Amino acid sequence: MTKDLLGIKELDKDDIIRILDTASGFKGVLERDIKKVPTLRGKTMVNLFFEPSTRTRMSFELAGKRLSMDVTNVSISASSVTKGETLLDTIRTMEAYGADIVVIRHSSSGIPHLLADNVTASLINAGDGFNEHPTQALLDIFTIRQHKGRLEGLDVAIVGDIAHSRVARSNIYAMGKLGINVRLIGPPTLIPAGMDSLPKVKVFHRMEEGISGADVVMQLRVQRERQKGGFFPNIHEYAKLYILNGRRLSMAKDDAIVMHPGPINRGVEISSAVADGERSVILDQVNNGVAVRMAVVYLLSGEKTSRMMEERRQRTEDRRQKTDHKLMPAQERRQGTKDRRQKNEY
Amino acid sequence: MSTSKKKSILIKGGHVIDPSSSLDGVMDLLVQDGRIEDISPQNGQNTPPDYEEINATGLWVLPGLADIHTHLREPGFEYKETIATGTKAAVRGGFTAVCCMPNTQPVNDEPAITRYILKKADADGACRVYPVGAITKGQKGETLAEMAALAEAGCVAFSDDGNPVMDSLIMRRALEYSRIFGLPIVSHAEDTRLSEEGVMNEGITATRLGLRGIPNAAEDVMVARDIALCELTKGRLHVAHVSTRGSIRLIREAKSRGLPVTAETCPHYFTITEEAVAGFNTAAKVNPPLRSKQDVAAVCEGLTDGTIDVIATDHAPHHREEKAMGFDNAPPGISGLETALSLSLRLVSKGVIDLNRLVELMSVNPCGIMSIPTRKIAKGVDANLVIIDPELEWEVAPDLFVSLGKNTPFESLRLKGRVVKTIVYGDVIECL
Repeated sequence: MTKDLLGIKELDKDDIIRILDTASGFKGVLERDIKKVPTLRGKTMVNLFFEPSTRTRMSFELAGKRLSMDVTNVSISASSVTKGETLLDTIRTMEAYGADIVVIRHSSSGIPHLLADNVTASLINAGDGFNEHPTQALLDIFTIRQHKGRLEGLDVAIVGDIAHSRVARSNIYAMGKLGINVRLIGPPTLIPAGMDSLPKVKVFHRMEEGISGADVVMQLRVQRERQKGGFFPNIHEYAKLYILNGRRLSMAKDDAIVMHPGPINRGVEISSAVADGERSVILDQVNNGVAVRMAVVYLLSGEKTSRMMEERRQRTEDRRQKTDHKLMPAQERRQGTKDRRQKNEY
Repeated sequence: MSTSKKKSILIKGGHVIDPSSSLDGVMDLLVQDGRIEDISPQNGQNTPPDYEEINATGLWVLPGLADIHTHLREPGFEYKETIATGTKAAVRGGFTAVCCMPNTQPVNDEPAITRYILKKADADGACRVYPVGAITKGQKGETLAEMAALAEAGCVAFSDDGNPVMDSLIMRRALEYSRIFGLPIVSHAEDTRLSEEGVMNEGITATRLGLRGIPNAAEDVMVARDIALCELTKGRLHVAHVSTRGSIRLIREAKSRGLPVTAETCPHYFTITEEAVAGFNTAAKVNPPLRSKQDVAAVCEGLTDGTIDVIATDHAPHHREEKAMGFDNAPPGISGLETALSLSLRLVSKGVIDLNRLVELMSVNPCGIMSIPTRKIAKGVDANLVIIDPELEWEVAPDLFVSLGKNTPFESLRLKGRVVKTIVYGDVIECL
């Protein structure tokens, strides 16, 4: 792994397995009576959220605290910060406060990548636009492995609004790398262009066809605002076509598990009976989320192998050079200020 | 422009190419009083007593280029570019005339703005500037701008560039009304309902980056509509920055039926694809967006077969900090004046077009479409020339651009062939 976790796209299979295995260890910690280890005492985590979030933010907060980190949450409305320089200034401020890990969520794709290039703190992408939500995919895969005991060759159906889902994308990439067969199910209006050209991915528009014989059924949350966007006529028709109910679940394998990244719309994408049924592992996902995030935080900031240190040093060096080049005007400004100060012009 | 006291220049031994004068061979050019005085095979000059000699052995001497799609940003956005810096960039890129788009602040929708631009250009401009007026008031797409007043003040065409004219009836009226002046309506062909919120080409690259896509159809349907309106009104339609294979098919068909349609494309649409956006590279964010390989191939074909008449730059300089706002928020546009010719020369070396066709695409046709003075190489004509070293290899370094806009997706690209000198009305400007 490198300095940051920006997406599953940037990981290889070994990275993913390493995170999952590390998470298994932390899951043991979470099952103890005292759910805390001193591993990262004195390190600081900042949760920088430009989009509202309860679950993910809380999950990261708990992960940091269970590792004995100092954790601060910062929520900023994205509309108040639209200029990149302001974003860069914000992240540099966090770094000046001594943040070692910055967890960032933003409604625009690519913002974590932009920021990661400009700071030395480790960034964890907690969701950017429709691009990626890597820790969600990692916890989903962790949960699948926990229940299925294996990953390669499994058939996973992901159902719903694939187009606007960073969860779906991160899962698709992770599953592709792990040899899992992915079936995307949804109306053509919500399947983004080119998806069926990805390896190991098949696209279905009829739920019954796509779900049949699946090992895992992952329902995505459908946003009511998509109705306004004309992606489907209304929420009732959507539910009619894509809700996961008992009848449809019976078409999947007998031991198929049901997943959902939450929060769930009961009666829209999933029936209450299925959500609360014995095949549902939705609460395991929540629980595993903390262990997986502990693993990611630990691997990014805690593991003191010389390889990591060297890699980080090198990347920082490269980045500095790049940054110097990119931010010349600001530096010139700063230099100018220094010069003037020395000349007592202030 | 006074040309009376300019030094005489002898451009010696260059390969002179101008299809509009049927010139293609090694010749000497004598420039006196800002005009081309003599064109003759080598060593046959009646040189005046005092002259400056330019040794052009091994170099190409072409008519000065004209860019019909430039954003000079002044008035209103002087932090992005000014008439002074933009025209300097133009000259450095071999252009001796530019047509500037009206999406300034305020919009060039009334003669006072046109006159302001022309006055500034006269004072600060390194080359000639021909303003393009807005089609509609404030480029809002609602009511026609005062085209007669704009034309009289010096506008050479009308465009709401940056915005399409979404209302088909307004577009019909614009095409009809502009016939009084015989000036073209330049269409920024984009159905904003189809492109809504899109930031790059729709396809697997956008899907992989999680960015909202703009389908080819957003351009195609507007080109189809505008061609239908052109047929209805017989007004002159010029399609700006063509990027899709669909548009090219439609324009080819319209031309085959003799409709008064012309079209331009830009170097980025025949050089790179949507894959340049990878890594959320905002320098590759442009509108219309960079398209697929098939589209690039179709654009090249259109350049070869005459469907596309002009290579324009759509020079759209932006401030560094604007391009650092993240992909969704960064403004679209590429700073193109200083790379356009070298990128177009790649087409020549690849055999997509020949040098004569390049001159048509970048000088003869642009001047013709905008009815601006010809840049042709002929006796008695104002000396607007570009001297190119076809063998000179260089690497694109945006920090060295004279344009204030350093936004280019071609950073670090190695190119062969570069402007050495540009001659603007007899003045020699060093470009290296």
